[in-house]
Amino acid sequence: MHSITVTVNGQAYTKEVEARLLLVHFIRDVLALTGTHIGCDTSNCGACTILINGRSVKSCTQFAVQADGKEITTVEGMAGEALHPIQEGFKEEHGLQCGFCTPGMIMRASDLLSKNPNPSEEEIRWAISGNLCRCTGYNNIVKAIKYAASKMTEEVVES
Amino acid sequence: MEKRKEIFPLGIPGHNLGEIEREIDNTEPPAWPINEELKEVGKRINRIDARAKVTGQAKYTSDMQLPGMLYAKFLRANVPHATIRSIDTSKAENLPGVHAVHIVRNTSEEGEASETFPGVKYVGQPLAGVAADTLDIAKEAVSLIEVNYDEKSFVIDLEDAMQPDAPLVFDAPMGAQVDGGDVGVVHEGDKGEGNLRGPSTSSFYGGPRGDVEQGFAEADVIVEQTYRTQVHTHMPLETHGVVIDWTSDEMLVYASTQNTANVRNELADYFDLPKSKVRVICDFMGGGFGAKHSAGSFGPMAATLSKKTGRPVWLMIDRKEEHLAEGNRPNSIQTLKIGARNDGTLTAIDQKSYGTAGVGLGAGVGRVAQVLYECPNFRTEQYDVLTHAGPGAAWRAPGNVQGAFGVEQAIDELAEKLSMDPLALRDKIDKSEVRRVERMRGAERFGWSQRKKAGSSQGTIKKGMGMAQSCWPRFVTLNSSVEVRVLNDGSVEIRSSVQDIGTGTKTVLAQVVAEELGLKTTDITVRIGDTLFPDGPGSGGSVVTGSITPPARNAAYEVKMKLFEQLAAKWETESGKLVARDGQILHIEDASKKIAFKEALRGMRTGQITATASRTNDYGGFQQPWGLAYGDLGSVQFAEVSVNTDTGFVKVDRIVAAHSCGRPLNIGQLESQINGGVIQGVSYALYENRVMDSSTGHFMNANAHQYKVPYSMEIPEIEIEIVEEYTASSSTDAYGIGEPANIATAVAIANAVYNAIGVRIYEIPITPARILKALNKVYE
Repeated sequence: MHSITVTVNGQAYTKEVEARLLLVHFIRDVLALTGTHIGCDTSNCGACTILINGRSVKSCTQFAVQADGKEITTVEGMAGEALHPIQEGFKEEHGLQCGFCTPGMIMRASDLLSKNPNPSEEEIRWAISGNLCRCTGYNNIVKAIKYAASKMTEEVVES
Repeated sequence: MEKRKEIFPLGIPGHNLGEIEREIDNTEPPAWPINEELKEVGKRINRIDARAKVTGQAKYTSDMQLPGMLYAKFLRANVPHATIRSIDTSKAENLPGVHAVHIVRNTSEEGEASETFPGVKYVGQPLAGVAADTLDIAKEAVSLIEVNYDEKSFVIDLEDAMQPDAPLVFDAPMGAQVDGGDVGVVHEGDKGEGNLRGPSTSSFYGGPRGDVEQGFAEADVIVEQTYRTQVHTHMPLETHGVVIDWTSDEMLVYASTQNTANVRNELADYFDLPKSKVRVICDFMGGGFGAKHSAGSFGPMAATLSKKTGRPVWLMIDRKEEHLAEGNRPNSIQTLKIGARNDGTLTAIDQKSYGTAGVGLGAGVGRVAQVLYECPNFRTEQYDVLTHAGPGAAWRAPGNVQGAFGVEQAIDELAEKLSMDPLALRDKIDKSEVRRVERMRGAERFGWSQRKKAGSSQGTIKKGMGMAQSCWPRFVTLNSSVEVRVLNDGSVEIRSSVQDIGTGTKTVLAQVVAEELGLKTTDITVRIGDTLFPDGPGSGGSVVTGSITPPARNAAYEVKMKLFEQLAAKWETESGKLVARDGQILHIEDASKKIAFKEALRGMRTGQITATASRTNDYGGFQQPWGLAYGDLGSVQFAEVSVNTDTGFVKVDRIVAAHSCGRPLNIGQLESQINGGVIQGVSYALYENRVMDSSTGHFMNANAHQYKVPYSMEIPEIEIEIVEEYTASSSTDAYGIGEPANIATAVAIANAVYNAIGVRIYEIPITPARILKALNKVYE
């Protein structure tokens, strides 16, 4: 067992974990943050995407011990009182059906918009090309991310 | 029952909208006008559960964590055909952290000699289960179980299995399969020889008609061709599974299911429990597409392990298991012969198909050939072929997607032989008024007039345009009930066991009740997906909206009338003079008498007023008393493709999808569902394919990387044309769209590919290899 300290959604956790424990299982089973989903077991679907120090990572591709000392954001950490503009975009643009891929899509979009606040449609499609939606709502997901981009740009201008 | 007469809108706005008088039961609410005049229904309203889904608060079955919960894992067969001599679980049982091991026993003698263990019939068949403290321990324990197989010869390929000397999958007759892949065509498991079962020759629309030979004799042109479609798995992002707590005398089941009531019924039946002692809950579920109606093998396994250990048990299968054992759309080899006169009139259709649903039944090609076009002489023979592979399951418009792939290419080919435009030929032979409008509006939007002669596109990348049509019955599940409650704190609640598969059932229920009560959709609390509440339909066959929204409105109406009676007594007036709108209850003649709806609830004599309503018969009656409504859910889809004739790569550039589903309830949700149907159709046409190794019986691409599904870069531009159609059938007059959205896409693409390159592709998926072969660019 290894002791790790990880900050998740602003809260620090110190836990004893097995070396083989995947980060996604640490988040879901140890911290009970089940908004991060598992869809494929082979790092193809992106349902488990989270942010580590602001960069999006498929949390099934890392061990929990690798996250020691890092800052993690999961979908549960996105909303304050109001929804985050990306979350609002998915709601307003019907960017979801069953919702299982949605948290991963939102976290991936968050990384994209932090680096590229005004992405083209092509850039959005490339950005989410590692995230699988089996209800296949991609066109509305792209619209949702565009919605968020323009809303976040407005907010920056206003402030 | 007392009746009254009521005038309903009838027809298609902008085309032939009129009215019809119907005699209806007095308990039915008044007729709604067309959507334009409604406030909540027919609008683009955000999903009421969107917040839960975008914040990660939505709990799916796989997210359930109960106190003391154990994790379970299946041991599955790794050979395709065998008798099991012995199973040794001692090492697994002795592994620290393991709480129970359960071996599947042979309870069914169907097709089997009575043996201790079931016969192994496909790679991935569940043999045993382990419950342990963690999933890792359960997996390790499974690897320690030793199975001693007596292996037998097996058969994987459809055509090999049809040979008289092929190894037999079942050596005795088998009954019809409950969750068979098809809806409506009878799959007769008790007739046939070798691995063949059937043929099925009839559906609920009847059997063969006329004289097919005579019809071909009268034909001026005949098209005859063989079409092939592949096995296609569902691959819902959340896999199948349950979390079961059977530690008290009641079994509590969290299930990722599209049919809570059926899962309860199956488990009650399996364990000989009263239905009242099994409770199934599905609050959120991560996709199903037809494969999640049953408790499967995971339900009984998790329940047994929970009983054995006295602990709740989590049993979600993994991605590989999902591919191997939890359903697929069967493949098909179809021969189709269609005759027509020079004016386009069809004279005969003769269809014969073979398909395999592995160890299951239901590999027919549906009813498209039977009912889409007028034709006096028709015959179909649909055979199931058993193979040593995982069972098929319903997949969006079961059978009919395969069938449409043949029929709509043949009609296209016929049009060319007759020198007719494909739309003009359909105008001649298709009697559906709504599809006529869909063809007109769709063609206009698509720019069909720009379509060029097949094969005339110049350059390396050739462009093509094609179209195809579909039909799907208006099914209604009569066992569909909803309770509506208003509470004296001002809140309104809807309760039913019907689940939201992701299409937005929660939201449309809230919209319908809000419209009836003069409230906002967001004012309504929806509690569904729980068998504590009245039975709702399964989310399959596009039945949900047409089955559950009329009783939801009727229950709300009944509650409202009870509330009006209380209020009328207080106001010393007649309840018939009160209306609910804009959040208020008003007297239609006396402006001084009005009260906020929520305020009126606070003044109720009791803590709540509730009413439960069930689906009543369609106002104009049914075609079949079990719930086959008149008319159909028609669609017309148009596809534009680019074909790279050097690489063979096909890109779908654009789809225009024209659809009808009665009265549309939520435009945003409808568009999402149509997008999904279309893209799954693109994927079926171009990418997805189960690859089996016929020498080992293993499924070679049972994962998310080699089983190719579409991602964001492969998605066409999709334009949706929704055609409102009023039929005065029920209090909401609404129907679903799940199946219709998926039927025509693949064949519209195939027709567009033909238009681009001038050579027809008769087999999907249309891979680069098939394109290059068709263009004579590869040598065998």
